[in-house]
Amino acid sequence: MTLLDRKGPPTTGRPPSTRDLLTRGDIRRTVTDRVMTGVITGAFLVALVPLVSVSWTVLSNGIGRLSPYFFSVSMRGVFGGMDAGGIYHAILGTVLITAVATLISVPVGLMAAIYLVEYGRGPLARAVTFFVDVMTGIPSIVAGLFAYALFAAIFGPGVRFGVVGSVALSVLMIPVVVRSSEEMLRLVPNELREAAYALGVPKWLTIVKVVLRTAVAGIGTGIMLAVARVIGETAPLLITVGVIDSINRNVFEGRMMTLPVYVFRQYSQGLVPCAPDAVDCIATVNFDRAWAAALTLILIVMLLNLLARLISRYFAPKAGR
Amino acid sequence: MSIARQAGAPASPPPAPGPSRPVRRVRHGLGGRVFAGLATSAGATILVILAAVAVFLVIRAWPALTSSPEELADGVSWFPEGTTLAGFVGPLIFGTLLAALLALLLAVPVAIGIALFISHYAPRRLASPLGYVIDLLAAIPSVVYGLWGATWLAPRLFPLWDWLGRNLGFVPFFEGPASSPPRVVMTVGVVLAVMILPIITAVTREVFLQTPRLHEEAALALGATRWEMVRMAVLPFGRSGVISASMLGLGRALGETMAVLMILGPGFTYSLALLQVGRHQTIAANIANQFPEANPLGVSTLIATGLVLFVITLAVNMGARWVISRRAEFSGAN
Amino acid sequence: MTPHRRLRTAAILVAAIALSGCGSDDPLGHPWRPGGPGEPVENLYDGPVLRGQLEGAGSSAQESAMQAWIAGFQNIHAAASVAYDPVGSGGGRTQFLEGGIQFGGSDAALNHDELDRAAQQCGEAGLAELPLYISPIAVIFNLDGISELQLTPATVARIFDRQVTRWDDPEIAADNPGVDLPDLLITPVARSDESGTTENFSEYLADAAGEAWPYPASGDWPVTGGQSAQGNSGVVQTVTDGRGTVGYADASKAGALGTVKVKVGDDFVGYSPEAAAAIVAISPREEGRPEGSLVVELDRETTEAGTYPIVLISYTLACRQYADPDEAALVRAFLSYVAGEEGQQVSALTAGSAPISDALRAEVQAVIDGIA
Repeated sequence: MTLLDRKGPPTTGRPPSTRDLLTRGDIRRTVTDRVMTGVITGAFLVALVPLVSVSWTVLSNGIGRLSPYFFSVSMRGVFGGMDAGGIYHAILGTVLITAVATLISVPVGLMAAIYLVEYGRGPLARAVTFFVDVMTGIPSIVAGLFAYALFAAIFGPGVRFGVVGSVALSVLMIPVVVRSSEEMLRLVPNELREAAYALGVPKWLTIVKVVLRTAVAGIGTGIMLAVARVIGETAPLLITVGVIDSINRNVFEGRMMTLPVYVFRQYSQGLVPCAPDAVDCIATVNFDRAWAAALTLILIVMLLNLLARLISRYFAPKAGR
Repeated sequence: MSIARQAGAPASPPPAPGPSRPVRRVRHGLGGRVFAGLATSAGATILVILAAVAVFLVIRAWPALTSSPEELADGVSWFPEGTTLAGFVGPLIFGTLLAALLALLLAVPVAIGIALFISHYAPRRLASPLGYVIDLLAAIPSVVYGLWGATWLAPRLFPLWDWLGRNLGFVPFFEGPASSPPRVVMTVGVVLAVMILPIITAVTREVFLQTPRLHEEAALALGATRWEMVRMAVLPFGRSGVISASMLGLGRALGETMAVLMILGPGFTYSLALLQVGRHQTIAANIANQFPEANPLGVSTLIATGLVLFVITLAVNMGARWVISRRAEFSGAN
Repeated sequence: MTPHRRLRTAAILVAAIALSGCGSDDPLGHPWRPGGPGEPVENLYDGPVLRGQLEGAGSSAQESAMQAWIAGFQNIHAAASVAYDPVGSGGGRTQFLEGGIQFGGSDAALNHDELDRAAQQCGEAGLAELPLYISPIAVIFNLDGISELQLTPATVARIFDRQVTRWDDPEIAADNPGVDLPDLLITPVARSDESGTTENFSEYLADAAGEAWPYPASGDWPVTGGQSAQGNSGVVQTVTDGRGTVGYADASKAGALGTVKVKVGDDFVGYSPEAAAAIVAISPREEGRPEGSLVVELDRETTEAGTYPIVLISYTLACRQYADPDEAALVRAFLSYVAGEEGQQVSALTAGSAPISDALRAEVQAVIDGIA
């Protein structure tokens, strides 16, 4: 250790005794320590500024417009500065598109994780491990371009419907599912597997009945968090699903609205020029709706996070059974 | 769960203790073979998807890649005359890197500070809740950051940018006058920094927490102050972790679309003036901006730029993984 | 209710409503609407009931008008549904020519290549290209206490070309006696995306400003650098946020910002639906278009009094023949509504557009009636 060499000169002027060194640290070191403590604490506080500010801005701007009405109607027929319209169609679109994305991602991701943990050996497993990591870094807009390119090759250019967006989201979701499931599967104690084998249970049944059963809470949590991560994606949906102001329940046909895209759309519509004598006209109504939808989106993400925690709490295998 | 784990960062447990190979079964039932086949093909699907992303992007980008500059300028209205595709992508790459690096420059010091605060300064009992608070930043969708950045943050940053432009204008980066409204790359950098803060913090924090207790206690026993202990034991140990965390953050910042789209006033130059509007644009935001209006050749050109972004982020992420894997070997020897 | 309670209630409501599938596509008549449901509009229509769905996409300039048209149309035909995706003119043309949508909106007429492709897409009968949305483009600025400026086309061009850089420039002052111009930098704001608004505005500058505007007309803003923003709303927002900013946008979005009166002949004319309709009335029809394609060649250099030359004409694209007769009937009914007096009045009210003249309406209606 180079600690002793780096010490500042002693304040008294004569060579310090070891006792001095140990009991009276010199002022400069103490000050540096204090200052750095301040700086480090400050860094933490600095990070809280955007958090508090985003939360507060979204909350204070958005809460005024939240109402049962807002959640239960679409934007069909609403224009100008009308004090009307809601986000039902956007919530529905988000739920459907994300659900389809989950349906695609979970089987693929879970099976890939099982492969990596239970079967994977050799170059293929190494390649999968490496590329799952690489896949987590794909920018969301590139995932959107991929889904567009894929479906344009099948249905011709200009194609826009819900499943295209789901595929884009799946590309982002699969690696997250693989990662978290893999981790959970690895946590399952080997003794459980061996006990099952000893009873003559085939490997695949062991995996399904023992390993997955044991890890189900963790996997559920991981999936919830994966959903929470992709549910706020905007860019890929903007270029693959388009926008619409009516309710569309069919993910295989026609454009759909989603919450993040709704936020962006309302924001880009901007201020409404209201005539001075207009009765039913709010100049900032588009921004109000954008903030309210943003608040809803954040609430949904928080709800998913909460759900993830609940899952891991209630479905975790009971000890001592 | 921490973001570090979602991102598959070093927080994930060491790959080691997988199940030991079971005794080979005598009967290979049909179910077993089907299941093994399914699992293996799911693993292979990952590779297929990644390959498909590359292949389909190349296929769709092909018309643009093979067109002459004249054809592009002719067929795509926003394509500048007299440049090649590379000449068009150049400023976009520059703008993408500039915004991302700026974000990194702002975020990394703060992230290290937060990580140290959580891992070594705050009471141990608070470490996990505090970490969760920072992770909350990652739960906010990017479009909300865009909304917040464009309507709340930008007007509040303008006085600062204006001051920088007036007083530090001799530095090329701060060349004035600062544009009003400040829809400039500097504002974008700040918002991106906030967005990548959680991931960098999460990874850094995990690495700092792994610092061998013995090193820390040895430093303290030798009379080091807490900061000296951090500087001599924690930071050197966590250096490669910080580097890989930064690269993961860089990867995020490179691909971020909405916040940039909603804040930046675009332009296509190689300008260093961070406070002036209409000088920079990122690849991702440019795609989102032009995609809806683009004709087939335009879409193709945009997908070609998307391909470039794909390659850049791939390189950055692979670099990060490489650093992590080297560290894993290193710490395994500990 | 405390915010905390309210949030929890909200979260539960979101979940309940989203999952129950009881959402409503009728926000205006919904019983929970703040201030009570809107008065049901009396429906005098007693023709055959039209059903089905129409999808359109295109010009974002038409967006607010289209929203009003769709609302009005759906009031009459409750079983029909029309959607319009304001993806922009280029996107609208592309999607229309690829057959993804039944009608399109475009700020520019189709060129020859596109006409050929339209012939393939629509079959023998060809396409209908109708000037149904005529809207003035306002030159807007943000200066404290000044709501109106008078400028010549050349000055406007030099301002946007950043040759005139300060508001108190003598060139501006000369046309605005008595206005207290501030000593402030001019910040021009342009559209960052390709747009018909930019195309029409730069076409006006190229035609009317002569030497002062060295660029050709184009849908992309030719002057590099400087502020720019996406969409009309983006430009308006940026102009509003800045100081000393000046931009151009669809007049319907201009709101409370200051606007420029441009010099036409000897007068300075501000934007108004009447002045915009006047320029369309005196402009000739473009020659050599196929039947059903009514394209106006705007006379930007006119000196006719009372005309406002910075006008955007947005065309509605439709086929003149559809494979499905029900679809054809729906398109016919929708376009008739849009072109009709009621439709044009609705868009004038909500989007500040200029109603088309009766003569033009007669021509348009003839084409619409031919859709089968």
